[in-house]
Amino acid sequence: MRFWKNNSAPLWMYGVLAGIFCLGIGLAQGDFTVFWQKAVMICLECIGIG
Amino acid sequence: MKNLRLTVQIIYTILTNGYLYGFLSGKIYQGRLKYACVPGLNCYSCPGALASCPIGTLQALLNQNGLHIPFGVLGFFFLFGSLLGRTVCGWLCPFGLAQDLLHRIPLFRKKKRLPFHEILKYGKYTVLVLLVCAGSMFLFGGFAKVPAFCKYLCPSGTLLGALPLLSANGLLRSQIGGLFFWKLGILLLILLLSIKVYRPFCQYLCPLGAVYGWFNRFSLVQIHWEEEACISCSACQKACPVGLSVHEISHSPECIRCGNCVAACPVKCLHLRKL
Repeated sequence: MRFWKNNSAPLWMYGVLAGIFCLGIGLAQGDFTVFWQKAVMICLECIGIG
Repeated sequence: MKNLRLTVQIIYTILTNGYLYGFLSGKIYQGRLKYACVPGLNCYSCPGALASCPIGTLQALLNQNGLHIPFGVLGFFFLFGSLLGRTVCGWLCPFGLAQDLLHRIPLFRKKKRLPFHEILKYGKYTVLVLLVCAGSMFLFGGFAKVPAFCKYLCPSGTLLGALPLLSANGLLRSQIGGLFFWKLGILLLILLLSIKVYRPFCQYLCPLGAVYGWFNRFSLVQIHWEEEACISCSACQKACPVGLSVHEISHSPECIRCGNCVAACPVKCLHLRKL
């Protein structure tokens, strides 16, 4: 019991794990394809003519 | 510390915007690196940009039809935020670098904050909720949803995307209208204000700063304060570019982890947390 108390992972580590988990879900639901398609075309709104 | 940070900012900005052909041809990079996001506010329509902007990406995902949780970009937020917090703002944001450089111009009497700072600092959360999230989900331009923050506010898009693209691409230049001049006005206002006030966009409007500020309490990179060793001389507060007191530095969402306080402390009671 004491071992677990003394070795609890810091919060940032849970954040990193949550990040990896979210990236996995994002990959599975095709998020990366959606934003890649947006990012490789000139964003007319971003440059103020869209 | 100041020179080290400036060197890191410049090298990082050059590396992540290293597609030189884009600047010459007025086109943007279209390779696979854009499947990933950079941590800072770096328009993906910058001709040199090698990866995607996290806020632009978030809006692209929210612009989709139906209720869609943007896990892809939330993953990047958790990763960068948990490791770095607002260190991203202080060390890795190209638009932060632009404001830092302008603040070095020896004009006007320098100020750390705007009047009504305690109210205005919540502006970035308002921008995040209303413009980035709600705006992208509910605001339509014709039949398509629009990335409201990029379209109506983002000065990074104007500085890094619009100006270099329009200067090299005549076809785009011929389509300039009122929206461009609106955005150019916002950019000029923020850049001029940056000469007098330290990073006004980061302190009051940046939605990415609002996101990373939330991680500041528990991110890996921390500024640790040894209270017992502190002599309460306020040297750290004087050195802090956003005017935080020693009690606030370690956990405040406003701290950009620039490290000025660490360098200024005469008894070394502030230091970057070791692993």
